Amino acid sequence: MSEYNLVIGLEVHSELNTATKCFCRCKNEFGSEPNTHCCPVCTGMPGALPILNKEAVKKAITMGLAVGCKINNHSVFERKNYYYPDLPKAYQISQLEYPLCVGGHIDIVVNGQAKTIRLNRIHLEEDAGKLIHDHEGTLVDYNRGGVPLIEIVSEPDMNSAEEAVAYLEKLRSTLLYVGVSNCKMQEGNIRFDVNISVNKPGDPLGTRTEIKNLNSFRAVQRAINYEAQRQIDVLDDGGVIIQETRRWDDALGKTFSMRTKEDSQDYRYFPDPDILAIEIDEKFVEQVRLSLPKLADQRAIDYKQMGLSIQDAELLTSQRMYSDYFDEVLSCFNDPKFVCNWITSEVFKRLNVDESDVIDIPVAPNNMAKLLKMYKDGEINQAAARQVLDELWKNDSDPASIVDAKGLRQLNDVSAMEEIMKKIIEENPKAVAELKAGNSKTMAFFVGQAMKASQGKANPKIINEIVNRLIK
Amino acid sequence: MNYLDCSIKEILENLTSKKITSEELVKLCFDRIESTDTLNALNSTYKEQALIQAKEIDKKRQSGEKMGALAGVPLVLKDNINLKNTKTTCSSKFLGNYVSPYTATCAQKLVDAGAIVIAKANMDEFAMGSSTETSAFGVCKNPIDPTRVPGGSSGGSACTVAAKQCFGSLGTDTGGSIREPASFCGVVGLKPTYGRVSRYGVVAFASSLDQVGPITRTVEDSAILLNILAGEDQNDMTASKESIPDYTADLNKGVNGIKIGVPKQFFTNELSVEVRDALLGAIENYKKLGAECVEIDLPNVDKALAVYYIVSSAEAASNLARFDGIKYGKRANNYDDLVDLYYQSRTQGFGKEVKRRIMLGNYVLSSGYFDAFYRKAKRVQEIIKREFLEAFEKCDVLVSPTTATTAFKLGEKTKDPVSMYLSDIFTVPVNIAGVPAISIPCGVDSQGMPIGMQLIGRHFDEKMLFRVANAFEASTKEAK
Repeated sequence: MSEYNLVIGLEVHSELNTATKCFCRCKNEFGSEPNTHCCPVCTGMPGALPILNKEAVKKAITMGLAVGCKINNHSVFERKNYYYPDLPKAYQISQLEYPLCVGGHIDIVVNGQAKTIRLNRIHLEEDAGKLIHDHEGTLVDYNRGGVPLIEIVSEPDMNSAEEAVAYLEKLRSTLLYVGVSNCKMQEGNIRFDVNISVNKPGDPLGTRTEIKNLNSFRAVQRAINYEAQRQIDVLDDGGVIIQETRRWDDALGKTFSMRTKEDSQDYRYFPDPDILAIEIDEKFVEQVRLSLPKLADQRAIDYKQMGLSIQDAELLTSQRMYSDYFDEVLSCFNDPKFVCNWITSEVFKRLNVDESDVIDIPVAPNNMAKLLKMYKDGEINQAAARQVLDELWKNDSDPASIVDAKGLRQLNDVSAMEEIMKKIIEENPKAVAELKAGNSKTMAFFVGQAMKASQGKANPKIINEIVNRLIK
Repeated sequence: MNYLDCSIKEILENLTSKKITSEELVKLCFDRIESTDTLNALNSTYKEQALIQAKEIDKKRQSGEKMGALAGVPLVLKDNINLKNTKTTCSSKFLGNYVSPYTATCAQKLVDAGAIVIAKANMDEFAMGSSTETSAFGVCKNPIDPTRVPGGSSGGSACTVAAKQCFGSLGTDTGGSIREPASFCGVVGLKPTYGRVSRYGVVAFASSLDQVGPITRTVEDSAILLNILAGEDQNDMTASKESIPDYTADLNKGVNGIKIGVPKQFFTNELSVEVRDALLGAIENYKKLGAECVEIDLPNVDKALAVYYIVSSAEAASNLARFDGIKYGKRANNYDDLVDLYYQSRTQGFGKEVKRRIMLGNYVLSSGYFDAFYRKAKRVQEIIKREFLEAFEKCDVLVSPTTATTAFKLGEKTKDPVSMYLSDIFTVPVNIAGVPAISIPCGVDSQGMPIGMQLIGRHFDEKMLFRVANAFEASTKEAK
């Protein structure tokens, strides 16, 4: 593989989280009874006409500005004509010649190496319905039909699966930062097409293939690695790559040919005569620009200034939700390092973050702040803090009342603990001897015994002190 | 007196003064519909529902309630205009049993004004044709001579008004489909400015050219209906926000000082002698009434028909793709797979002319041909539009024949699509430019067939059209 360059471009389809669909007033909502968010427009009834959702336009422009696109003042919707049962009008309203946003870039870091991936464009289009295959045949649910979608097209600037995934992670993170998409992969909010070719250094670009409709980062990574190797094997065997669309089979871990360029569809694009061209004035663009939230890169800089490490700053800003949460906890309990350590360890562990999920943290930031304050102030020890977090995770409430109800308050009474320790020392002469002989590991034994005797409430710091005083 | 001879204006007066009830009027219309059934003007009728509505309106009128502007007036819709819970067939086998789940904005406005929709009118299949002979439900006949066509595609809408089955109707006009049949049947047909009337709920043929308009027996009725139909629509982005004047306000202002343009390209050799003479007579008449006539040059107007068949077919091919047999309408009984389902359903559901346009449209949009055909056609469209705008710097309206000949015989042109397409040679440029035009009767030929005069106006200046048209209509009435 090393003697070949890998060239990758990505097309990302992301549903926008508007209240209503792109060209009618039906609700944009996932998970409802099939065909309950439908009307004459989004089911393609004869005579129905589209009306453009301005919120969708604004959200597309918002994303464009967040990634440095130029916003086209004159933008046109076109019809992409093809037949499929999930497409009720037999054309998709999309954009071709005059997309809303052009240019822009996404900056990524892979193995410590910074790299800029250029964008070609972002355009607005409508989603198709969903086919449901069951034993009786195929059914269509048009609830998703007409949901606004942005297609974000990169230049072929990525050279490895790792770069592609880093690009997608940054892209998803940005979509979430600006709040235009929910990015839930299991709901199909975000989907990926990969264009890939290989060539030897110095040679012109190779023939590319396109792998369509991948729906997880892991699938993207595996599909790229498989397809690159497949192309290399074909070339090494003296074969040629055919320009074609391929399908990824996740179970088999292979790509399969769907259709070649020769039998690819002619979409017969032309401007949709039902939708007037939109003219976007500079003032509107400026308004949207001013309303952009602070993005990941700027927040990471701020966090480093608070004294966090680069790694921690990047972890916290990898998703807006984490960063917002961190900021909110901080506003109640201003100890950046302490809060950061807790979030990146205990909270992340419980989020069980896998690549395809965006899960909310079920504990209110002020409750989290209260918990951390008790922990920091020594009212509870680490084990108790973890136990309280487990409780909050299940049923968010005031952490102090959980501490009281469970009797978790740390034993900070020195004379009471001295009594306990005297007894333990008396009963364990062997351990005392070992500690005296300089085996410092034995300290852990005494702490353990003290915890046992105090139902886990003893303050380990105080035990240390007492043991050292009584024995040495 | 025969109430069926009344104009909308007159029948409203009779209804208001309670000389006749709405119920009686509806009954009269249905008597006429039944006695003139062989014209085949209507695809479906709603007698029961119409009588219920009429009774309600009569009751309201009795109790002195405030009445809508068209309260109790029986009207007909072209069968490509959706009215909830009624069939909207577009005279196609494909939609033979299609019942609409919603109502078009234009139909709703008439209903809200108290009009009673008594029927839907026959038409060329999906409005593609100039004679109503492409209807899947049989040809409609010209009420003046049933061996002749009523024109098309709104042939049924013109026929039903001329045959006095109702007091007015709605048609749609993409390249002349209101004006040509109005001309052939001797009634008044208005194609408003593109965007003046909402297209929401009107089954699209060519979205950038289609426009809904009234067919009536008088110019004044046309203005009365446009007053109700015009206006923006939150369901149609192409419906204009341009303000709506009272279209009846200038009807009787006359043409003194009005400049009437005579485009030389519209008085060519294709014109039948009788049509030419009638038009020249009408122009003389306008001069007598005080108008000034100026010659106008529209050097590229002869390209309009070519532009039309490219743009309209391209849009039609895309608009009609939704008729795929999946969601509604015709689905073939037997098919092998999904592609075969599409193929069989469309093969069986569409008539020959519709298939011809779909093929033409897909051809001009296909990759490699798009620039040479569609893009070029759109550029030529801009040139033609500009020539019209320049013409209107020199005059207030343009005058031309509506058609080169009077109504032709049934079957005369069905075998020769190009000669059929040429029926629209004077009407098509108007749609290409997006301007309004009205066709009014201006005489009859030696066979007694009506001759139509077309008046073309500036964008959104229908008021001027009504003024000039009404001046002519009034002068011919006086002459009688």
